[in-house]
Amino acid sequence: MSVLKYLPLLRANLWRRRIRTLLTFASVATAFLLFGLLMALRHAITGGIELTGADRLMTMHKMSFIMSLPRSYVQRIAAVEGVRSVTAASWFGGYYRDERATIVAQVADADTLFAVYPEIDLPAAQHAAWLADGSGMIVGQALANANKWKLGEVIPLHSNIFRKQDGSNVWDLRIDGIYRNTAGGDTNALFFHYQYFNETRSFGRDRVGWLILRVKDPAQSPAVARRVDALFANSDAETKTSSERAFAQSFINQVGNIGAIIAIVVGAVFFTMLLVTANTMGQSIRERTAELAVMKTLGFRGGQILALVLCESLLLTLLGAAIGMLLARGMAAGARQALQQYLPLLGVPPGAMLAALAIATVLGLLAGALPAWNAWRLRITDALRQGG
Amino acid sequence: MSAIIALRGVSKHYRRGNEDLAVLSDFDLDIEARDFVAIMGPSGSGKTTLLNLIGGLDSPSSGQIVVVGKRLDELSGSALAHWRARHVGFIFQFYNLMPALTAERNVELPLLLTSLSTADRRRRVAAALELVGLADRARHKPGELSGGQQQRVAIARAVIADPTLLVCDEPTGDLDRHTAEEILGLLQALNRDQGKTIIMVTHDPKAASYASHQLHVDKGRLVRMDAAGA
Repeated sequence: MSVLKYLPLLRANLWRRRIRTLLTFASVATAFLLFGLLMALRHAITGGIELTGADRLMTMHKMSFIMSLPRSYVQRIAAVEGVRSVTAASWFGGYYRDERATIVAQVADADTLFAVYPEIDLPAAQHAAWLADGSGMIVGQALANANKWKLGEVIPLHSNIFRKQDGSNVWDLRIDGIYRNTAGGDTNALFFHYQYFNETRSFGRDRVGWLILRVKDPAQSPAVARRVDALFANSDAETKTSSERAFAQSFINQVGNIGAIIAIVVGAVFFTMLLVTANTMGQSIRERTAELAVMKTLGFRGGQILALVLCESLLLTLLGAAIGMLLARGMAAGARQALQQYLPLLGVPPGAMLAALAIATVLGLLAGALPAWNAWRLRITDALRQGG
Repeated sequence: MSAIIALRGVSKHYRRGNEDLAVLSDFDLDIEARDFVAIMGPSGSGKTTLLNLIGGLDSPSSGQIVVVGKRLDELSGSALAHWRARHVGFIFQFYNLMPALTAERNVELPLLLTSLSTADRRRRVAAALELVGLADRARHKPGELSGGQQQRVAIARAVIADPTLLVCDEPTGDLDRHTAEEILGLLQALNRDQGKTIIMVTHDPKAASYASHQLHVDKGRLVRMDAAGA
């Protein structure tokens, strides 16, 4: 049956108890608003994992991520069969003005950084300027925007881990370049030269935080990882090599199992929403028993009545879901402006919109199932007698 | 059977607990096309059950029912629904309009089951409301109309799909005398001018006098059938 010609009927039935319908809409919209915001948060936290390179491996200390490795490992790993390029990085623990606002500041090897991270897009002139400037740094576009930093500006970057040999914890770094990310990844970080850092720091000289490898053949990644770890077995600093994705995932897992937390919260909210919507539909259909009997008298078949009740239920959940998800998108976009520095990927992903559509459809069908079944089975003569 | 409505040996029983309740017993009846028949009888005599069987709202326990050329006792629920939509218009004592819909949307309801375009549906709805004298109340909801006006809307809904048969259950039972006479006049005009066959259940001898035949039912059996004024 063409649904369009039944729209006035569906609308009139939904609208006959305005307060009840509005409250149900509000509860459905609120459930989907929460769903949308949680999905946006999950995307912000785990979205980086999706952007990790399939051909990249991370090598860190076997004991802990916070323990450093000898810098000499760079050359030794570069010689391992299957390794295309390797670079080292260290966590600087940087902040700019506010100690609580940590900046993703990494100490990097400028010579090898771009071979391992080809998605870092830096204009050639800025690239050359950085290589020539020992105390220079390159800054991601998002980080530069957030702090209103300009090219050539010298930034006093503090560390909450390291100190210089003169006792200060401030490194003055000139912005030689502002990079973008061609893969759409985070540009909320900065990199400065390992040599400058190593020469000026007061402890931990010739050590690096971790190493990033790019392999020649992603299919061979497990074998390369085994070879690298075997190379340093039984040494003072044994290594653990894993894919960049697994590394990012384990890093995020320190926060907790985000997926499970979201599934539990969203599951509880949707279950409550299902009860509310099913109750609304149940009441609405009970009130209209005689009317449904009249429709059957006029020639509407049981299947058509069932479909109309399900359409009414679907209209409730789909419209409520649309409102909730649009609100979530708006709120996530607003929050992203304010939290650009911390959650640059905050936003409702397209997949979440599709998931919301599917969930709203299933919930609408479930909420309408029992009333629709009762309406379908309704005996005209009994219902008309009861309805007077 | 040449009549438009023919019942042969029709019985209807209901089970109430362990009790088997016979409402109609071995009922035979023939009604010709274009007739206007009033079914009369005391409460519980089986007249509404008879009306429901003729209108295809209920199935007999035994016997044959042929209405407008179809054996209703052999049709499935879905086929009966389809048959009702094509051949029968229903008018109830309490109008049974959809309170959330305007008069024109109420009248349009049976047409939603057809393949008519929106424009055609609107045209026919306007004509039906014109016929019952409510063209100016098209946008009013039932709650904004008097009882007589609501029954007129119900009549417009009953005739909109141009059925052969009109089945009326106490159509004037909830109306004052003057309004009742207007409604009965309207039904009489539909019978006379448009050739609708009308079966009407009523308690009221005055209402029954508008019909061409009066059928008296008692204890589930046909007592007698009189011509009007007899």
